[in-house]
Amino acid sequence: MVYLTRRAEFSASHYYHNPEMTPEENRRIFGKCNNPHGHGHNYTLDVTVVGEVDPRTGVVLDLKDLKKLLEAEVLRLMDHRFLNKEVPAFARKIPTTENIAIEIWKLLESKLPVGKLHRIRLYESPDLYVDYCGE
Amino acid sequence: MVYLTRRYRFAAAHRLHSDALSEEENQTVYGKCNNPYGHGHNYVLEVTVAGSIDPATGMVMELGFLDGTVEKEVLERFDHKHLNLDVETFRNLVPTTENLCIEIYKLLRTKLEASNGALSARLERIRLEETNSNFFEYEGQ
Repeated sequence: MVYLTRRAEFSASHYYHNPEMTPEENRRIFGKCNNPHGHGHNYTLDVTVVGEVDPRTGVVLDLKDLKKLLEAEVLRLMDHRFLNKEVPAFARKIPTTENIAIEIWKLLESKLPVGKLHRIRLYESPDLYVDYCGE
Repeated sequence: MVYLTRRYRFAAAHRLHSDALSEEENQTVYGKCNNPYGHGHNYVLEVTVAGSIDPATGMVMELGFLDGTVEKEVLERFDHKHLNLDVETFRNLVPTTENLCIEIYKLLRTKLEASNGALSARLERIRLEETNSNFFEYEGQ
């Protein structure tokens, strides 16, 4: 079994707000991230796929296919977007790094041509990242 | 289960020397790190917490709570200190990065779990880089 990780980057804006909380609670819990005009990050996404090495090609899966898949399923949807307003999944769900990682897992899980999705690692900045492995 | 990792930095001095070893053994085992005047590092600390997402906040753990706890329990205690001389734990324990890693785990585990209210997140791992070339990880056993 071999684990292959492909990295992609995207930039997006977001803000954290729960309409069921008071403005004071929102500010206390989310701090600067509660600014309603949003703020942005350069996200780094590491997608890890696990599988067997194909003896004919020596690879787990074709990297070009994976790159195209990330572009079609994730970057097209999230790159240079305001996540709260432009990505349907975050119309009601707060686009925290945790929730974005889970959403990316859902977008990719069933789409891999070979191998199995093993982990989504999403960096919001070099000092903060989230890992999600599916459950 | 979601794993959230946050990175922090602190700078500290230490000297590696064990009273259980002879002078020669200390020299052999610790090399330059046995220099009696000590030396320093820029440590990079990664704290990983694991849990399920609170639907109200979309978060595993409130970052303000995590940052505040790490600041109070770890950074205030170790940053810009001489570990052997300024930190009680290391008066009788060699402040190797292994021991420092375990000490940080102990300092954070109960604080993160006890004060986290309704959330179920727990400390998963401490990863401590002494330099770019070596790091240590501890998960509690």
